[in-house]
Amino acid sequence: MAEDEIILADLSDDELVLQMHDDLYDGLKEEIEDGVNILIERGWAPYDVLTKALVAGMTIVGADFRDGILFVPEVLLAANAMKGGMFILKPLLIATGAPRMGKMVIGTVKGDIHDIGKNLVGMMMEGAGFEVRDLGINNSVEKYLEALEQEKPDILGMSALLTTTMPYMKVVIDTMKEKGMREDYIVLVGGAPLNEEFGKAIGADAYCRDAAVAVETAKALVLRKHNQLNA
Amino acid sequence: MALIDDDVLTTEGLAPSHQGRVLLIACGALAHEVLALKRANQWQHLDLQCLPANLHLYPDRITEAVAKAVAAHRAEYDSIFVLYADCGTGGQLLEKCKELGVEMIEGPHCYSFFEGNAAFAAHPDEFTAFYLTDFLVRQFDAFVWRPMGLDRHPQLRDMYFGNYTKLVYQAQTNDTALDAKAEDCARRLGLAYERRFTGYGDLAVVMAQAAG
Repeated sequence: MAEDEIILADLSDDELVLQMHDDLYDGLKEEIEDGVNILIERGWAPYDVLTKALVAGMTIVGADFRDGILFVPEVLLAANAMKGGMFILKPLLIATGAPRMGKMVIGTVKGDIHDIGKNLVGMMMEGAGFEVRDLGINNSVEKYLEALEQEKPDILGMSALLTTTMPYMKVVIDTMKEKGMREDYIVLVGGAPLNEEFGKAIGADAYCRDAAVAVETAKALVLRKHNQLNA
Repeated sequence: MALIDDDVLTTEGLAPSHQGRVLLIACGALAHEVLALKRANQWQHLDLQCLPANLHLYPDRITEAVAKAVAAHRAEYDSIFVLYADCGTGGQLLEKCKELGVEMIEGPHCYSFFEGNAAFAAHPDEFTAFYLTDFLVRQFDAFVWRPMGLDRHPQLRDMYFGNYTKLVYQAQTNDTALDAKAEDCARRLGLAYERRFTGYGDLAVVMAQAAG
């Protein structure tokens, strides 16, 4: 063992959380899993581990990605590390009745197999307290609508990486309008070739340029929707 | 004529020679093919400027870079033609070219126009294919392997390529060494391999139009 190796179990809670932020940043999955287990053993509520250690750490990763300090490979490693921590926390979060922000159905559109961004959004939405049903890749309008019927989510999220597949989002939204169900859902769209103008043009509620923006937008729009319903 | 270095085309591009009435502003990944067509057809009046091919790693920067190049050279030439397809700009490059009054290549990307836009559109079910051209095979490490971090983190491969099923090498030329390299690229990505000879496809048609 190297002399300067950090023993996670020897750290105070505050030190351990900061160390976990560093370990997430460095994409160290095993260390994150160890850190999560240590905090749980110390009696931390699973929701606090999620928000204070994992989500806060990924927020730093997201900010540095946006600022051009981190690049896609590093973000993927960090996401993979967070996934390891989430795997441990998920059943505990359900068992302890952690706060729920709402529900989202998310998927990549028909003809498109790219899912890195979608997976990141799904994970960060779960981290923010949303229940997420991930439809995977290459989703037809029928698959989206079937999932909406089954899950009754607050939000539909659609992702596309290709210029050739992004127009399919409009097909889905137009079909929702035809069926008179568009206003029942918040529709968020994202993907590298998209922009705000495109989101507006196809009738989405918002274009989200990255996972952090998706979470903030989802929270704000869900809150607005609940307020409208309660007004 | 001296061979242009692919690394230079990737990171710096190619300056125009300032000879000729028509300027082609192209992606660096097309330089060899454009110059080959120019030589074969003796289009002496076509000049070529290439923007760095690695702009494709940041498609949101392509539109601005093309607009800058058009503005910088407009006064020197009778006309300018943009040899980019949409290339992940989400329609923004087309809008900008319309605004600037210059033409560009139709189609979503070079994989489409090398094969021919109509032929490419005829197989929409091939969306699990990862395409490489001659240039991209030669520059595979600079364009794919290293920017994706696969040299440092090989465990990321399946996160990137897990949903792909095959690598299609769209060959512009018949070159057995490139064929072998492309097959090796497929092996490294864990994908099945297919070689498809395309030649220059719609690029030749578009350049003939630009040449007038």
